Amino acid sequence: LVFLGISLIWYNMGFTRFVEVGRVALINYGPDAGKLCTIIDMIDNNRVLVDGPREKTGIHRQVMTTKRLSLTDFVAKIPRNAKEKKIVAAWEEQGILAAWESTSWAKKLATKKRRAALSDFDRFKVMIAKKQKSEIVTKKLSEISA
Amino acid sequence: MPTKMRLFQVVGRKAPTPNDESPQIYRMKLFAPNEVNAKSRFWYFMHQMRKMKKTTGEILDVNEITEKNTNYVKNYGIWIKYNSRSGTHNMYREYRDVSLNAAIDTLYNDMAGRHRSRFQSIQIIRTATVKSSDCKRVTTTQFHDSKLKYPLPHRVVRPTTKQLRSKYLATRPSTHFN
Repeated sequence: LVFLGISLIWYNMGFTRFVEVGRVALINYGPDAGKLCTIIDMIDNNRVLVDGPREKTGIHRQVMTTKRLSLTDFVAKIPRNAKEKKIVAAWEEQGILAAWESTSWAKKLATKKRRAALSDFDRFKVMIAKKQKSEIVTKKLSEISA
Repeated sequence: MPTKMRLFQVVGRKAPTPNDESPQIYRMKLFAPNEVNAKSRFWYFMHQMRKMKKTTGEILDVNEITEKNTNYVKNYGIWIKYNSRSGTHNMYREYRDVSLNAAIDTLYNDMAGRHRSRFQSIQIIRTATVKSSDCKRVTTTQFHDSKLKYPLPHRVVRPTTKQLRSKYLATRPSTHFN
């Protein structure tokens, strides 16, 4: 099985994420930046037809340049040009949203968002918490090294 | 997304005279940025093909024709006649797009880029949505694979918003994202 995996990577020249029907991608530029979308068809070299599904991510069916997409590891099992209902069903069956939220990528994005929305009091609390954490760490470190 | 070119249907005829009470009415579908240009293009073409012009004729109606469904990709075949520097030629070009107007936009930009021909030297003879099996150009047929997939190699990192652009980066950016 390991051999199969390695040969697949070799066959795909080291690529594991592809622009294909069903690929879930993160929009990384533009007004919809930070939202997920599903590729439902490829128009040409630079553009794909994309749908949220709107119910799950708020992205309507539209043309999107691949330049604006960051591909994720998830592929929804949908036919080409699938209607929104089918995409929603596939997303729910495969639990894509939950799987995405549990990836470290999504978690990092969430913490970034949270940090950007902190108030001054929140930042004060963070500073105090950091100090407390470093106090514990240095104390433990000195115990180990002593 | 609004396109530069829009499809208009212009209906016009020669102005009625005592000799000719109800002249032949002609209908033309043409691409223009707006209604005013559409009417102007109508006279440009009609003047070439029939014995009528703006002063001797009247436009009865101008309607915009919008794309019926922009939710799926179509293959557009466009037949054109264009003037190059040394002659005039017919051409058939194919574009994959979601609406005819967008395909025509691409056509004009493509012709300008590849053949240096401007708007005024291109006449669109015919447009049609072509079935995948009837497409002739490799650049369109290469997308007619049901199991098509391709990676995105050499991704250029771009900050999410213009405000996040910086002149210097702490680390050299990576362009490989699997």
